[in-house]
Amino acid sequence: MTMDDAAADDFTDDYAVDGNAIGGLLASVFGADMTTAVGVCGSCGAVAMVAELAVYLTDLGAVVRCRSCGSVLMVFVSRREVTCVDLMGLASLT
Amino acid sequence: MAGTAVRGRLTWQTATVGAVTPETASTVTLSLSVPDWPGHHAGQHVDIRLTSDDGYQAERAYSIASAPGEPLAITVERLDDGEVSPYLTEDARTGDQLEVRGPVGGYFVWEAESGGPLLLAAGGSGVVPLRAILRYRSRVGSSVPVRLLYSSRSWEDVIYSSELDFPADGVEVTYTLTRSQPRAWQGYARRVDAQMLAEVAWPAAEGPLAYVCGPTSFVESVATGLVGLGYPAGRVKTERFGATGQ
Repeated sequence: MTMDDAAADDFTDDYAVDGNAIGGLLASVFGADMTTAVGVCGSCGAVAMVAELAVYLTDLGAVVRCRSCGSVLMVFVSRREVTCVDLMGLASLT
Repeated sequence: MAGTAVRGRLTWQTATVGAVTPETASTVTLSLSVPDWPGHHAGQHVDIRLTSDDGYQAERAYSIASAPGEPLAITVERLDDGEVSPYLTEDARTGDQLEVRGPVGGYFVWEAESGGPLLLAAGGSGVVPLRAILRYRSRVGSSVPVRLLYSSRSWEDVIYSSELDFPADGVEVTYTLTRSQPRAWQGYARRVDAQMLAEVAWPAAEGPLAYVCGPTSFVESVATGLVGLGYPAGRVKTERFGATGQ
């Protein structure tokens, strides 16, 4: 990682993808494209489009973090076509 | 909410593999036939899901390589430790069926009326959605000027080289080869940095729109560099693939 990368992104790493990667999951849950929806971080108030949020993919689902403060904003856990959604880290999602 | 289908809700559909076209030693383009495919926008992706005999499922997102109006196609890079890409790049054959969900995404999308000038920056297989944008631009007869900066490990790793070697009018392609270069290579031979962006990217004063796609470290460094050149963050669209390649 270069100095530039570190300065650009203190709270994410090379393994983080972004909200584009969960566009399909979000559309299946919410019934509409959510990558251009705007989320407000419940911890620091940072405002960002879902596509720009830091996303960590695991075999079970996805963890979405704020790029400004690193707080967990959303968690998705999927199993057999059922997805459990936790949006508690968001102040709003519009 | 009632348990009936909600309009617009994406569901998995069965796709049939059509043509299988090797692009480089590690990338393959698969055309996919999906009944009632609604069409897509340039820059979108699809999710592909594979189910093994024991019921284990793995899904991954792959950028659409074809322009809107063309048959659906994806270009897949083989990742040695991948769960999906080894099948798609080595085992998939014409007539095979797999599950597809899409088209996905409204953020990393370029429409002709979005305008430009366009700066497209690709790291490795991050060129795939940008190729869809280029083909779409040609199909609709757009004259928006485009510069593509494409970072690849070597000349052999350049995807779509036969197409990119003869760009449409108004499209300039600049390569940087980060690991090895052909003999007598005159182009860039390092990772994209602020100096390279200053030389290749449109000046911020021209109001450019940028699309940056590739491994996460590549995207972070290019997006930061463009903002440093005065590009408003909202005019730099980013799509990160994670720690793959490059």
